[in-house]
Amino acid sequence: MAKNLGKIVGINGNMVSVETDSQVSLNEVGFILLNEQRLKAEVIRITGKRLELQVFEATSGLSIGNSVEFSGELLTVELGPGLLTQIYDGLQNPLPELAEQCGFFLQRGIYLNALPRNIEWDFTPSAKVGDTVSSAYTLGTVPEGQFKHRVMVPFSYTESYTIKDIKSSGKYTVDTEIAIIEDEKGNKYSVSMMFTWPVKRPITAYAERLKPGAPMVTKTRIVDTFLPVALGGTYCIPGPFGAGKTVLQQVTSKNAEVDIVIIAACGERAGEVVETLKEFPELIDPQTGKSLMERTIIICNTSSMPVAAREASVYTAVTLAEYYRQMGLNVLLLADSTSRWAQAMREMSGRLEEIPGEEAFPAYLESTIASFYERAGLVRLKTGEYGSVTIGGTVSPAGGNFEEPVTQATLKVVGAFHGLSRERSDARKYPAIHPLESWSKYPSVVPVEKVNYARSVLFRGNEVGQMMKVVGEEGTSIEDYLIYLKSDFLDFVYLQQNSFDPIDASVSVDRQNYIFDILLTILGGKFDLSNKAESRKYFNKLRQIFLDYNGAEWQSDDFKKLETELIDLIKVKKSGNLEDAYIFQKV
Amino acid sequence: MRKVYSKIESISGNVISVSAEGVNYNDLAVVTSSHGESLANVIRMNGNSVSLQVFSGGRGVSTGDEVRFLGHPMQVSFSENLLGRIFTGSGKPRDNGPELTENMIDIGGPSVNPAKRIIPRNMIRTGIPMIDIFNSLVESQKLPIFSVSGEPYNELLSRIAMQAEVDMIILGGMGLKYDDYLSFKETLEEGGAMSRTIFFVHTAADPIVECLLVPDMSLAVAEKFALGGKKVLVLLTDMTNFADAMKEIAITMEQVPSNRGYPGDLYSQLASRYEKAVDFEGAGSITILAVTTMPGDDVTHPVPDNTGYITEGQYYLRNGRIEPFGSLSRLKQMVNGDTREDHRPVMDGMIKLYAAYKESQEKKSMGFRMSDWDEKLLKYGALFESEMMDLSVNIPLEKALDNGWRILAESFTSDETGLRTDLLNKFWPSEKESR
Ligand SMILES: Nc1ncnc2c1ncn2[C@@H]1O[C@H](COP(=O)(O)OP(=O)(O)OP(=O)(O)O)[C@@H](O)[C@H]1O
Ligand SMILES: [Mg+2]
Repeated sequence: MAKNLGKIVGINGNMVSVETDSQVSLNEVGFILLNEQRLKAEVIRITGKRLELQVFEATSGLSIGNSVEFSGELLTVELGPGLLTQIYDGLQNPLPELAEQCGFFLQRGIYLNALPRNIEWDFTPSAKVGDTVSSAYTLGTVPEGQFKHRVMVPFSYTESYTIKDIKSSGKYTVDTEIAIIEDEKGNKYSVSMMFTWPVKRPITAYAERLKPGAPMVTKTRIVDTFLPVALGGTYCIPGPFGAGKTVLQQVTSKNAEVDIVIIAACGERAGEVVETLKEFPELIDPQTGKSLMERTIIICNTSSMPVAAREASVYTAVTLAEYYRQMGLNVLLLADSTSRWAQAMREMSGRLEEIPGEEAFPAYLESTIASFYERAGLVRLKTGEYGSVTIGGTVSPAGGNFEEPVTQATLKVVGAFHGLSRERSDARKYPAIHPLESWSKYPSVVPVEKVNYARSVLFRGNEVGQMMKVVGEEGTSIEDYLIYLKSDFLDFVYLQQNSFDPIDASVSVDRQNYIFDILLTILGGKFDLSNKAESRKYFNKLRQIFLDYNGAEWQSDDFKKLETELIDLIKVKKSGNLEDAYIFQKV
Repeated sequence: MRKVYSKIESISGNVISVSAEGVNYNDLAVVTSSHGESLANVIRMNGNSVSLQVFSGGRGVSTGDEVRFLGHPMQVSFSENLLGRIFTGSGKPRDNGPELTENMIDIGGPSVNPAKRIIPRNMIRTGIPMIDIFNSLVESQKLPIFSVSGEPYNELLSRIAMQAEVDMIILGGMGLKYDDYLSFKETLEEGGAMSRTIFFVHTAADPIVECLLVPDMSLAVAEKFALGGKKVLVLLTDMTNFADAMKEIAITMEQVPSNRGYPGDLYSQLASRYEKAVDFEGAGSITILAVTTMPGDDVTHPVPDNTGYITEGQYYLRNGRIEPFGSLSRLKQMVNGDTREDHRPVMDGMIKLYAAYKESQEKKSMGFRMSDWDEKLLKYGALFESEMMDLSVNIPLEKALDNGWRILAESFTSDETGLRTDLLNKFWPSEKESR
């Protein structure tokens, strides 16, 4: 078949205009031929014979008349065993291999296989000749690290097929034929362990989508208890620069109780990815005892890499997440920062001379963000098993002001909002999530009435704090002052959490529930305190012990010793007996 | 021989367009007008119409002037001969020395493969306590000084440059006042550092397009030296002028502005420069220290705002001092663990107490009663400001830490500092010392 060709007629930054007589589809991939190089590009507008393409590479050196060869395919990724532990750029180029070939610098026009072709995988068939299969049906499995990676009927095979031939157990490379399937009309198809899928099309080869409910445990107290995220849910972290978005995501990527974590470093600093890159292989995942890297994929299109590929990178990431969801796994996708992705769209929209919306973002910003987050979800597979994709995205609002288009569009579609405040990060109150302004629609790991009670203390304490700024400590009643101290205490020992302390950095659900009860004893308790200086001293003491308690290993001797110390101190000043103090009976 | 075009079809601001063939995107051209020659580069092509931005500006260019394409993008000469020399933004000598044309290299090259980066690990000592103790500068870091016009940011830059233990310095000046340019030169000459320095200077009087070239010229040269094993410190002042130059071109090109007139790709443009900061495994490094003036002292202005999202922290220079709040070196924890055991605790402890001092000060200004504790904090705050924050203080880190302990001991009893007992036993000054 003759290749579809076109010629460049205009160049503006990373957008080229092309004229062609061939039939080309929207989002089709084209390659610009420049000397020996082939530069990847994507068709983003078609008007008659004139096409606009966004080029995933620097366009310097291109000229009018250069040929463009169309591939007939949309922008796709390779799916199959060997994705885990990889570090890809936005177009699924493996960066370490690229470095081996090109040295220190990225070189345009070099596209390597995403999946290694030389590895032989240990295939065990689970289907047999004569079985009736459809898309996503498991033909067999290969061990990929700690997972049983399912070799499935490619998702684009939407009909019903019969297995005509299937390989027996053995070692095969990803591109070896492992089965032949036949459709009802008698057409035969060869299937290997890998296939491709267009990144901008959601994978829906499951039975049904369900409402998320079970918590996606992050082991960050303020999140799990107060602002929970659900498996298959979505959440966003907007915040001004330096407020702690990236650190929060890094901590979550280490501690989250999920099977697979996909990190999409989208238009942010390369140095931050390097930290993950160097650290993860050394860190042990407490759930599996294996290195954290074994459950991780990094998609890395940092700020100085080509902008169009940045736009593609979030789609690449979510497609890989959906792929592993089809294996009945819980996948967490962390994107830092979705604003950079939105800006990439804005740059392209500007070059296309589209009518600009607010802050020059395109009019379709909102729907594009919505359809991205819609790719998250809890699903029931055709086998009856469950799988999920949870998406958490950071937002970097201009000027730190949440009233801007990207934050607003995101807030409309996510299930939880973790807003970081400059005030809290300046005061080194990490994680700097604002406890009163943020919200979540998902259920907490702690019973709701307890959380509500604590929240009300926080709310009242905040009111008193505001008032005290005006009238001073002198003008505040002792009752109000105690509420203020309690709320400050809650903030200090529960909402704030030291991400760099080995114990405090990750707190299990059991421990959260356990210490929350003790916390409530204090929040709900009536104390025998009559002056402010004494009260402050007393709460400082409580705080000191509670901090040490937080730093002690769960259920260790030290932990128990500190707990006794804490309870004794509570008893000293509490009126009534200790049991009353628990406003909620312990079960 | 390349073809010469002599029909300029339009001139708008600094952008001209001509009808031409066989031109490559981003290529350079020479525009010859009655005022002399200027370089220009291709920024847009549509059919045969080629738009170029003219480095020396569109003023004085007439439709009959000649445009000669050079067949390559902007380049700069790279060799040891650059050392000690001063150039304009487009690489022409500004110091009466010979023009350099050997070993030309492209500017604005590709970025480093993230997989080839390493975790930064070397502290750059500056002798400034507010930096060394509280926000250590790290080799390969990219860090701006946020300030407003009138503040001594250029003095601070040249002082750090003089004291930093680096192999060479590249100064990229953008919209620099002529006097400031001369003071940079003087400081470096007096300090005997001129022979390891290269200047790419665009002064306020020079054509705006040359301003746009300064970071790329400086960084392309820095990159080559770093690959050759040199620790290079690149100073870029003032990046707000660079951003404003971009804004001007964008408006001429009728691009839709995104925020206060700045183009939508401001973030990417700034990032592609700052991300050149790197530590090459087995070779040298590039550290970028920049100045970003904040119009109207507003940190939410698009230039400081986008910069903050790109760089690894920032130093706030206000009233001639580096502010302890807001200033941040995001890489400090990678180096301050192995300087001296009291470094981190002193850093945290002193800042916490300084924050408490600020509260007491505010209470005082509102007329609330001052307790004994408040009085102690007020004394501490005054000492901290005069002995730690004053930029004229110039001492090594260890001496600065010792001073920190002395200030604490002069203001508080040891148990009031919130510092760990083992540290207090080791570092708390005895009665005599604390005088
Ligand atoms: N949980 C935390 N514990 C301790 N320090 C923190 C924490 N979170 C953030 N920090 C401090 O704040 C700095 C900035 O945090 P981070 O890089 O996460 O900010 P960010 O919101 O991602 O900023 P940007 O938008 O510029 O990328 C960190 O380098 C660290 O010093
Ligand atoms: Mg970040």
